[in-house]
Amino acid sequence: MITLTHYLVLSALLFTIGLAGIMTRRNVILILLCVELMFNAANLAFVAFAKSLGDPSGQVIVFFVITVAAAEVTVGLAIAILMARRLSTLNADEVSLLKW
Amino acid sequence: MAETIFFYLFAGLALIAALLVVTSRQPVHSVLSLLVAMFCLASLFVLLGAYVIAALQILLYAGAVLVLFLFVIMLLNLDRETLARTRSFTLRGAGTLVALALGMSLVRIVARAMAGRSVPPVPEQTGTVERLAQLLFTKYLLPFELTSFLILAAIIGAITLARLKDSDR
Amino acid sequence: MVTGFPVALAAWTLLLAPLAAAAGIPLLGLHRKRLSASLAIGGLLVPFACACWLLLHTLQGSLHLPLEVKVSWLLLPDLAIPFGVLIDPLSLLMSLIVTGVGSAIFIYSTGYMAHDSGYSRYFTMLSLFAFSMLTIVLANNWLELFIGWELVGFCSYALIGHWFEKPQAADAGKKAFLVNRVADFGFMLGILALWAHSSPLAAERTLNYQLLQTRLPSLLQSGWLSHETLVLTGLLIFCGVLGKSAQMPLHVWLPDAMEGPTPVSALIHAATMVAAGVYMLCRNFWLFQGAPAVLETIAWVGGATAFFSAALAVVEPDLKRILAYSTLSQLGYMVMAVGLGGHVAGMYHLTTHAFFKALLFLAAGSVIHGTRRQNIRELGGLRRSMPWTSATFFIGALALCGFPALSGFFSKDEILVLAHEHNALLYWIGSVTAGLTAFYATRAWCVAFLGQAPEHLHAHESPPVMLIPLVLLSVLSIVGGYLGIPAFLGEPAGAFHWDVAATSLAAIATGAGLAWLIYRRKAIAAEAIARRCAWLHRLLVNRYFFDDVYTWYVEQVQQRLIAGACALFERFIIIGLAVNGLAWLTQLAGRAIRRVQTGRVQGYVLGFCCGIIALLYLAGRF
Repeated sequence: MITLTHYLVLSALLFTIGLAGIMTRRNVILILLCVELMFNAANLAFVAFAKSLGDPSGQVIVFFVITVAAAEVTVGLAIAILMARRLSTLNADEVSLLKW
Repeated sequence: MAETIFFYLFAGLALIAALLVVTSRQPVHSVLSLLVAMFCLASLFVLLGAYVIAALQILLYAGAVLVLFLFVIMLLNLDRETLARTRSFTLRGAGTLVALALGMSLVRIVARAMAGRSVPPVPEQTGTVERLAQLLFTKYLLPFELTSFLILAAIIGAITLARLKDSDR
Repeated sequence: MVTGFPVALAAWTLLLAPLAAAAGIPLLGLHRKRLSASLAIGGLLVPFACACWLLLHTLQGSLHLPLEVKVSWLLLPDLAIPFGVLIDPLSLLMSLIVTGVGSAIFIYSTGYMAHDSGYSRYFTMLSLFAFSMLTIVLANNWLELFIGWELVGFCSYALIGHWFEKPQAADAGKKAFLVNRVADFGFMLGILALWAHSSPLAAERTLNYQLLQTRLPSLLQSGWLSHETLVLTGLLIFCGVLGKSAQMPLHVWLPDAMEGPTPVSALIHAATMVAAGVYMLCRNFWLFQGAPAVLETIAWVGGATAFFSAALAVVEPDLKRILAYSTLSQLGYMVMAVGLGGHVAGMYHLTTHAFFKALLFLAAGSVIHGTRRQNIRELGGLRRSMPWTSATFFIGALALCGFPALSGFFSKDEILVLAHEHNALLYWIGSVTAGLTAFYATRAWCVAFLGQAPEHLHAHESPPVMLIPLVLLSVLSIVGGYLGIPAFLGEPAGAFHWDVAATSLAAIATGAGLAWLIYRRKAIAAEAIARRCAWLHRLLVNRYFFDDVYTWYVEQVQQRLIAGACALFERFIIIGLAVNGLAWLTQLAGRAIRRVQTGRVQGYVLGFCCGIIALLYLAGRF
C-alpha cells in the first residue's frame, strides 16, 4: 500500500537533490534547472496532499505553481542571456556585483 | 499491487534522473534528464488521480519550459569550462552537506508527522477537468486572472531584458 | 453670613485676575500702550476689591476664616496635590498689601515708564509678578507655594533685566536669578523632605499646610519625623528665605537689582519677592516652632543682616542702593522677629515696611525721573524744585527711622520689645541698627534734598499720576500703626515698653544728630572719619568683599577647577570614549561583518538553508 508518506519522502528527496544542485553547480542555467526540479518536488507534495485530503485545491495550487515557474524561467533565462552578453560569463561565482 | 510497483518504478526513475540533472557535465544531458524526471512525476500524478495536472506537466514543463532551456543552451553555445562545477570546494562540500541535512530534517519531519496516522479513504475523481475548472472559475477566479498579469509581466520583462543593447547601459 | 459661591469666586478672582491680565496684554497687542496699562492696573484693582470685600465680611463677622477652596490638579498614584486658595487673616492681609501697594506702583509706572519702548512687556511681567506673588500668598500647599516662588524668581529676572541692552541690567537679572536658584535648591530639598515625612503611609503623604499642621504633633510623637529631621528640614526651607528675602550671605543680588526700573525695585522691595521669604516664615511658623535650633539660627541670621546692611547704607552714594541696603536691614529685622518667636511682629513690620519702603522707592524714582541722576552727591536742594516728592520722601524716611507716631515706630518697637525679652545681644544689635538707620536716612535726606542745588541740575516735579500714589502711600505710612494689624493677626500688641522705646529713640536721635552734624552742618568732615578708620571704610565700600569672594569662587573654583574637570571629562570620556568610541566600534563591526556579503548567490542560499535548518530544529524542539 502506497501512502502519503511515500510521496512526501520522495518529494523531500527530490527537493534535496535540487537544493544540492543549486549550491554546487556554477552555471546559472543549471541553477535555474535545479530550481525547476525543486518546484516539481513541491508540486508532488501538493498533489499527494490533495489526494490524501480529497481536496482538489491542492491541484489548483500546482496549476498556479506551474504558471509562476514558467514566468520565472522566462525572466531568469532572459537574465542569463543578458549576463552571457554583458559579462561574457555564465558562472555564478564570477558575478558578485551584489556585495559591498 | 500494481500501484506499488508503478510507484517504486517511477519514483526510482525520478530520483536517478534528478541526480543526473545535478551531476551531468553536459547541460543538454541535464535538461534531458530533467525531462525524464518530469515524465516520471507526471506518471505519479496519474497514480494520484491528478490527470489534468499530469497533462499540464507534460505540456507546459516538458513541452515549453524545457524546450526554452534547450534553446538558450544552444543559443549560448556553452563550452566545457563554463560547465564545470563551482570552483570553490568549500561551497561544494558545504552545499552538499547542508542540502543533505535539510533533506534529513524534512524526511524526519514527514516521518514524525505521519507516524501512526491512518490515511482516510478518499473518493476518486478529484483531478478531473470538471472539478478543477469549477474551482478555478469560482473560488480561485481572482488569482487565476492575476496569473495572466504575472505572465504578461514576465513576457514584457524578458523581452526588455533580451533587447537591451550594450549602448543602453 | 456669606458662604459658598460668592466667596469662592472672590477667592479665585483674587488669585487669577493678574494672570488673566498678564495673558491678555500680549494677546491683545503689545503695541497698545493704554490698553496694556489699563489691563494691568485693572487686573490688580479687581483682586484688591475682592480682598477688601473679604476683609469687610471678616471684620463684620459674617465670614469665618480660615477658608479653603481648591480644585484637584495634580493626580498621580500616591500623590494628589490640589490647587487651592487658603484665606486666613495672614494671607488676607498679605494679599491686601500685594494688591494695594501693587496698584499704587502700577499706576505710578504709567508715568515713570511713559516713554519706554518695552512698555507693554513691562506691564505683562508686572502682572505676572503680581500673580506669582499672590500664588505664594494664597497657596494652600507647599508645591503651589514653590511654583509661585519660582515664578517670582523668573519675573524678577525679567524685570530687573528690563533694560537688557544695558549689560549691567542683564547681569543683575542673571545674578538675581542664579542666587535665587542656589537658595531654592535647598528650599526644594526641604519641601521634599517634608513631603517624605508627612506620613508613614505613602498614600497619605501631603503638602497641605493645614493637614501638616494638625499632623505635626502626632508625627513627632510617633517618631516618624525625628527631631533632627525637623531641624534639617527647617534649615533647608530657611535656605529659600535666604535667597528670596536676601539674607546674608545670599543678599548680594538685591543691591544689583537696582539696575531695574525704579517701580520694579519698589515692587520687589515692598510688596513682592523679598516679602515672600518673611511671609513664608510667618505662614509656616508652626513648623519652625517645633525646632528652637532653627528659630535661633533664623534670629541670628536676621540680626546680622539687619546690622551689616545698615552699615553698608552709610557709605553708599547711590540713592536707590541706599534704599536697597535699607531694605536688607529691615528684612533682617523681620526675619529676626520671626526667629525670636514673634511672627506677628515680623508680619506687622513687613506691612508697615511695605508702605514706607514703596513710598521711598517711588519718591526716589520720582527724583530719578525728574533729574536723571541717582547719585546723592550729584543731587541737592530738591526740596525747592520737587516739593511733593521731597515731602513724601521725608515722611517715608521718618517712618523708616521709626519716628514716634509713624507706622515704623510701632512695628519696630514690637520687634525690639521681643528682642529685649528673649535675647539681650540681639536687642542691642537691633537698637544700634536703629541708630544706623536714622543715620543713613538723614544723610540721604540732607545731601539730596537740602542744601544748594549743584549746577546743571534741572530738576522738575513729576506728573500727578506719579504723585498721587506717593501721597496715598504717605498717608498709609503715617496711619499704618493705628490699623490694629497685630490684633487682626490674632495677637494684640503687647504693653508699651517705655524703656525700650526710650533706648531706640536715643539711638535714633544719636544717629540722626550725627548725620545732621556731618552732612548738614559739616561740623565733622566725612572724609576725615573715612581716613581715620580706613580699613572699616574699605570694608564697607567693598561690601565686606562678598562679591569678590563669590567672583573668586565662580571664576577660580567653579570655572577653572570644576568646569575644567568637566571639560576634560567631556572631551575624553564622553566625546572620546562614548561618542567616537562607539562610532569606531560600529565601524569596526561593520568592516568585519561585511565580509559575509560576498555577492555570491550560492553562499546566500547556503546561509538561507542553514537558517531553515535551525528554525526547523527550534520548531521541533518546542
